[in-house]
Amino acid sequence: MKLNYADLTKAKSQKIGIRAEEFRKNFLRDWQLYLLILLPLIYILIFHYGPMYGLQMAFRNYRAADGITGSEWVGLKWFEKFLTNRQFKQVFSNTFILSIYNLAIGFPLPIIFALMLNTLRREKYKRLIQTVSYMPHFISLAVAVSLVSMVLSPVNGVYGGLYNLLGGSGYPVDFRSTAGAFRHIYVWSDVWQQLGWNSIIFIAALSSVSPELHEAAQIDGASRFKRVLHVDLPAILPTICIMLILRCGSIISVGFEKAYLMQTGVNLQTAEVISTYVYKVGMGSFRDFSYGAAVGLFNNVINLVLLLIVNYVCKKMTSDDVSLF
Amino acid sequence: MMKIKNESRHVKITGSDRIFHGAVAVILTAFLLLVLYPLIYVLSSSFSSGNAVTSGRVMLWPVEFSLNGYQIVFANNSVWTGYMNTIFYTVVGTLINLSLTVLTAYPLSRKTFQGRKFFTIIFMIPMFFGGGLVPTYVLMSNLGLTNTRTVILLSGAISIYNMVLMRTFFQNSIPNELLESAKIDGISDVGYLVRIVLPLSKAIISVITLYYVVGHWNSYFTPLIYLRSREFYPLQLILREILNASKVDATQIQDSAILAKLAGSADVMKYSLIVVATVPVLVIYPFIQKFFEKGVMIGSVKG
Repeated sequence: MKLNYADLTKAKSQKIGIRAEEFRKNFLRDWQLYLLILLPLIYILIFHYGPMYGLQMAFRNYRAADGITGSEWVGLKWFEKFLTNRQFKQVFSNTFILSIYNLAIGFPLPIIFALMLNTLRREKYKRLIQTVSYMPHFISLAVAVSLVSMVLSPVNGVYGGLYNLLGGSGYPVDFRSTAGAFRHIYVWSDVWQQLGWNSIIFIAALSSVSPELHEAAQIDGASRFKRVLHVDLPAILPTICIMLILRCGSIISVGFEKAYLMQTGVNLQTAEVISTYVYKVGMGSFRDFSYGAAVGLFNNVINLVLLLIVNYVCKKMTSDDVSLF
Repeated sequence: MMKIKNESRHVKITGSDRIFHGAVAVILTAFLLLVLYPLIYVLSSSFSSGNAVTSGRVMLWPVEFSLNGYQIVFANNSVWTGYMNTIFYTVVGTLINLSLTVLTAYPLSRKTFQGRKFFTIIFMIPMFFGGGLVPTYVLMSNLGLTNTRTVILLSGAISIYNMVLMRTFFQNSIPNELLESAKIDGISDVGYLVRIVLPLSKAIISVITLYYVVGHWNSYFTPLIYLRSREFYPLQLILREILNASKVDATQIQDSAILAKLAGSADVMKYSLIVVATVPVLVIYPFIQKFFEKGVMIGSVKG
């Protein structure tokens, strides 16, 4: 028995020895590659993993003077504070409704747009529409939101002008400060800005559909509309799935910028979302770092869980290779 | 094959197809006008007189053509400071972004690179989970970076998404045989990257440059949270301030002749400012459009 055991460890250490030797050899072979990746690695460890380490402040009573690890441990205090806060329900449901609304409108429209554009037969006109549709994407959010607000101005905007032109008297309702209108303005201005851009990937996928499939379907008497449904759409389904997973992963991370820029003080009832809330409690006049970190973490965890669920569902529903991991 | 093609030309276009094509053309044209109209409106307003804009007489083309709006914008000191800052952040920031992206994407694209899987995971995790706003802010502040130009350049210096696009391009579009023959000629890994991979990757590099440039040019959030001194403000912060104010800060304009024009032209000035701030990014796009569709294709469809 004893001998056997000794043999075994000997063989094991030999194996490890061989592996270590191989590792050393490969390391020497690849040393330049390691050198190249060193700088980005340091960057990512400091600026991406650093904040993850700092997340423990969500469980502590962070005070700058004590440092992150020196601050008092308070467990789930901040999470309880958020979940029992009367604002929680409102902020959370605002975020959720806005995301779902944005997804329900903003996700299918670029696909429909790409499918329609693909049936256009005049190449030049197609190009023109495509190029123009990208343009709003390059406008900054600060400008886009101001632009929407200028257009919607009841006094001197296009909206006010149109109202008077159609025979309205006085000034119409100011939608910019109506809580009920916030979501519609948010989602539809997003369509204006991003529809063309978001369709690029689908247009690219459509361009690789084999023309022979279309010819075969045509001979069988399929109309153009039928061919869109039965040839084009199935061809881009894998791309649609991947894009859907990516969109769902950020379903409750409504972009901070746009919501923040669109807030007017009177529309907060619908315009306050988790990210703007985190900004206000964490960075605003209170500087409640620990509480802000906790709300942010709560948001991130939900996003991650949603991403994993959607990824799993997509994997189950479609064939093998349509998933992120 | 030829026969099928010839036959397909003779397939008759049916009535329902004609209706379908007509409907599609109408919808797309309506969409085109809807997207285009606000852009034309802004451009026309920026070239109109203050009176015409304020009274809502601009509908499509400039009314009472005037350059007052632009004169006021260019006489504003803080607009100039903002413009210079934005150019600095965009140029230097994009160079940093591109370097880090290439430095990561290239080793990860080499299939025999030892530790490739490990590094890929390390780089992918932040795409799906992060520390969030507050811990990042605390880190930056502990590093003494808040309210400096450096923080704008360093925050988000590598976009993992772009890195994955570039890695996929390197993997799929540069034949492995090139590496093998280059190795036989005794070229080093770094030499191969600089002399062979990069020159062959113009398409993906231009696409990713565009992403980074637009990101820097339009960035609002990062400067908003980290910067306090006005001398560091990029254009977007200044712009937001001016667009939101009902009155223009007259202390920023020294030229008294232009100051006199200010009274009636505050609205026009806003439109001119929008044009001045947006045109630079709109202009670069057509130049790399041809790379663009190719780059997006290769980068992500196969991903």
